[in-house]
Amino acid sequence: MSTRLKEGGRRIDRAKQVEFTFNGKRMSGFEGDTLAAALLANDQVMMGRSFKYHRPRGVVASGAEEPNALVNLGEGGKFEPNQRATTTEIFDGLTAASQNHWPSLDFDVGAINAKLSRFLPAGFYYKTFMFPRFAWKHLYEPIVRQSAGLGRVPKDRDADTYEHYYAFFDVVVIGGGVAGLMAAKSAGEAGAKVLLMEQTPHWGGRAPVDGGEVDGKPVEDFVAATVAALEAMGNVTLRTRMMGAGVYDHGYMLGYQRLRDHAPAAKGPRHRLWRIRAGRIVTATGAIERPLSFAGNDVPGVMLASAVRDYVVDYGVSPGDRVVVVTNNDDAYRTAIAVKAAGLSVPAILDARAGGGGALAEEAKAQGIRVLNGMGVAKVHGKKRVEGVAVCRQAGEGAVEEEIGCDVVAMSGGWSPVVHLWSHCGGKLVWNDKYAMFQPNPEASPTGADGEGFVLAAGVAAGAQTDTDFEGLGLYETLRTAVRAGTQAAAELGFKTRDVALPTVSEHDEVAMEPVWLMPQGAGAKLRMKAWLDYQNDVKVSDVQLAAREGYESVEHTKRYTTLGMATDQGKLSNINGLATLANALGEAIPQVGTTTFRPPYTPISMGAIAGEARAETFQPLRRTPMHDWHEENGAHWEPVGQWRRPYCYPRKGESHAAAVAREVMATRDSLGLLDASTLGKLVVKGPDAGKFLDMLYTNMMSTLKPGRCRYGLMCSENGFLIDDGVVARIDEDTFLCHTTTGGAERIHAHMEEWLQTEWWDWQVYVANVTEQYAQIAVVGPNARKVLEKLTDEDISAESLPFMAWKDVTLDGVNSRVYRISFSGELSYEIAVPASVGRAFWGRLLQAGEEYGVTPYGTEALHVMRAEKGFIMIGDETDGTVIPQDLGLNWAISKKKDDYLGKRAQARSFMDNPDRWQLVGLETVDGSALPDGAYAVAEGTNANGQRNVQGRVTSTYFSPTLGKGIAMGLVHKGPDRMGEVLDFPGTDGKTYKAKIVDPVFYDRDGEKQNV
Amino acid sequence: MLILDCPYCGVTAEETEFHGGGEAHLKRFGPGSSDEDFEGYLFHRENPRGVHFERWRHVNGCGKWFHVARDTATLEVFGSYSAQVTEPPQEIRDAITAKRPGWRWREFA
Repeated sequence: MSTRLKEGGRRIDRAKQVEFTFNGKRMSGFEGDTLAAALLANDQVMMGRSFKYHRPRGVVASGAEEPNALVNLGEGGKFEPNQRATTTEIFDGLTAASQNHWPSLDFDVGAINAKLSRFLPAGFYYKTFMFPRFAWKHLYEPIVRQSAGLGRVPKDRDADTYEHYYAFFDVVVIGGGVAGLMAAKSAGEAGAKVLLMEQTPHWGGRAPVDGGEVDGKPVEDFVAATVAALEAMGNVTLRTRMMGAGVYDHGYMLGYQRLRDHAPAAKGPRHRLWRIRAGRIVTATGAIERPLSFAGNDVPGVMLASAVRDYVVDYGVSPGDRVVVVTNNDDAYRTAIAVKAAGLSVPAILDARAGGGGALAEEAKAQGIRVLNGMGVAKVHGKKRVEGVAVCRQAGEGAVEEEIGCDVVAMSGGWSPVVHLWSHCGGKLVWNDKYAMFQPNPEASPTGADGEGFVLAAGVAAGAQTDTDFEGLGLYETLRTAVRAGTQAAAELGFKTRDVALPTVSEHDEVAMEPVWLMPQGAGAKLRMKAWLDYQNDVKVSDVQLAAREGYESVEHTKRYTTLGMATDQGKLSNINGLATLANALGEAIPQVGTTTFRPPYTPISMGAIAGEARAETFQPLRRTPMHDWHEENGAHWEPVGQWRRPYCYPRKGESHAAAVAREVMATRDSLGLLDASTLGKLVVKGPDAGKFLDMLYTNMMSTLKPGRCRYGLMCSENGFLIDDGVVARIDEDTFLCHTTTGGAERIHAHMEEWLQTEWWDWQVYVANVTEQYAQIAVVGPNARKVLEKLTDEDISAESLPFMAWKDVTLDGVNSRVYRISFSGELSYEIAVPASVGRAFWGRLLQAGEEYGVTPYGTEALHVMRAEKGFIMIGDETDGTVIPQDLGLNWAISKKKDDYLGKRAQARSFMDNPDRWQLVGLETVDGSALPDGAYAVAEGTNANGQRNVQGRVTSTYFSPTLGKGIAMGLVHKGPDRMGEVLDFPGTDGKTYKAKIVDPVFYDRDGEKQNV
Repeated sequence: MLILDCPYCGVTAEETEFHGGGEAHLKRFGPGSSDEDFEGYLFHRENPRGVHFERWRHVNGCGKWFHVARDTATLEVFGSYSAQVTEPPQEIRDAITAKRPGWRWREFA
């Protein structure tokens, strides 16, 4: 039985009862309880099942390192899986459910895996699912998907809000234990602007639980006084429930503040992600206790010694009546003493050290606790609860000397400094042989922009120092290194610091720990198969040893092969045990094997916090043309194009999109269509060298263009590949207006700036992106001129404004620039007016065009019409590997120019070569439309056994004008193969037959546009 | 996330304001150049562990390109300078020499 003690509990308020449910069962706890503490108080020792074998699991830790007690929290839009019960504060109405079991926590079908564990060794997935090949898709993958994952995936949209917050501090201290408090105080007193963050709701860390005195008073009083002093300092900011999530380049770090997880009824964002720049970062992150590796160390009731102590002292919870302590260090004796003080029984302390412990051991003995030196646990009895332990000699192979009945095993394999945040940005570690732990190497801190180290470790997180007589991890050392770190941080930033007098401390002297990586050290295969390293992922000592035998020498490879440390706790609890096991199996020293890489975040942070405010409408700005609202009011079906929305078509009531597109095409070809072309990029290129500059940017000659005329141009990268196209208009001798594709405006502007600034910086050219300054409307169709003539008295006849010319015209009182260019093959004018009058002008054109049945058309009609004319589209016919020569655009490549971007590249042997895929038209034999992106197959297969290919479809549409499917594609030596019929297998199982034809399907001589 | 100084507008800003543009001080080879020269210009890049010269653009700022000398391993920034030069200026080289005596990068030292 685990239960609530009659007295005690530093963190709980017994006057305030809190009601919550676990797996639908009503339970109660007290304000200040964590969910794990409250569950233990309700005798709920088993809290989940492991990932692979579905073994019954209880809580093992009391903090962020917990691997077992993960729950689904909340419901609906508040649902969140994989939440650690040890860091979840309870509140009235909390609903929690255990994970990874079916049908119930108590009876789970998946537990059969445990029976099969002999057949599920390390690397099981790699070994088993390889053959036969077809079975992966039909058998293995569905099964693996069914059984993979712990918590459920949320189904509803997150109902909470989140925010990002930018902050700048001189010194950020991570960890609000006694070390963090002291470091913050030291830096603050020097005048630095300090932020101190603590991931739990409490200041002081575990020092008050561990005991000792500061300045003759209990540690708790020292903590309270220090917090009060910090709160009185205007330059110090204190935040609890805020975790240091990650440390990044040049003093950047993330703080993850949980504002409302404990008070969901409160208003405001749930989490706040602090994006902080710090001059110095002090990691006062403490240490995490290690489990011991003995058989059955995962049975519910086997817990870290420190966790047992926390539950008793902090929450007034008894994890069980009889607690056997097993340890390799002095610290665990504190647990025995605390348990005994709470009125519970400690049948024995098993100290693996032959020499036993120091002063704390004497105190335990004085209280009548039986201490067995040189002894360990051979195995734990019990399945869903600890029932007892078999005691053996640590030096032996596990011969049982004695059986001891108990409900709880409190284990301690020593402590590992929390070096994660130190290591995130490249801080190096050194191995401390005496304490068997990795600790920060202060000579190799992560460095900032100035080349100086910007992270300092303080307290236990700094490890055991060698520059002192007070060696160890005790309270005095913690305070001493904290003062040193805080002072040094401030001094390095130029603040005047003074010597801080250290408080007097009384504490127990401790005898050194002795590393114990396997208990007993000679444990046989049967015991090793039950000695867990990674609890959540079910990695045992035997698995790591198997990996070593199979040739895995790198710790990073072993990690991925065995999944050691890949669970949600990321190896916080016990990775060091796994590293040591691997080192022993390889016959190497632990520092030679090394650690896996520490990566942010320290513990998982919510997706919501990462997204912050960037969701829904605010995820990305939406660019609207001046006519956007009209499109919306008139039923436009939108197509996203970059950050713009463009009408795809304007379906009428009951009309399909295909029918709307066909109607829009036919109306434009027969009479008059209107297109909102405002999204096209418009770049003004101006200056005495503008012509020379554009000659370098475009493949064709632009400097010879006459003012008043337009020319279609192609732009290539220095690699020779086509990157953009568009019409260039020469405004005057020094000024060009370059149209780009909708998606290319910013990119091409940047491209121009790059060459101007970094290569031809002596050329006198200025580029401005005026895309949004103009509303641009294409007036298209046989009646286009007639409708414009209604709006002006000026001469816009074919003689005055011929094809590929432009003219400034006042249309209905609006200053307009009319470009006579065509992307549809029709008589067509693109009219640019100031953006501010765009919407009104669009309305005026609709009015004037009414007698011609004016029809606004969308991007799909535009695409169909350009394809009918064989015009290429950047992004359809091009994909970054296509040169203009592939597209039959040699006519747009100047032969006279010495140089242009891409010219040298296009002379490379594989570019200047007819053996390429080239543009052709494709026409299905039966008149249907080819599937988009389909490949034309060739004879034979390639090295992978796939069919060889000889071409692919780049654009395909049903042409309402021609009443049949039309397509363009790139085909191997295509233009030389006119009339040949190719096979295009579709994803629908059918094979489409299409004939190679000329890509211009409509009005080959351009008679319609040139009237 | 790095902090860089823009030598044009004088702003010290977060990396998110800037955009990296690869190796600095490339010499362009155009039509008429040998295959080897052109290949080197297009594809061959330094990948040092240590001193490196890079192009950056103050994209979400003044829009100007500039050069940065920094250490790729320690992330130390030795200085930023104009993009309108074909080799690192002397004061930048001196700043690097002060921190990394004996450094070499391409033909520069």
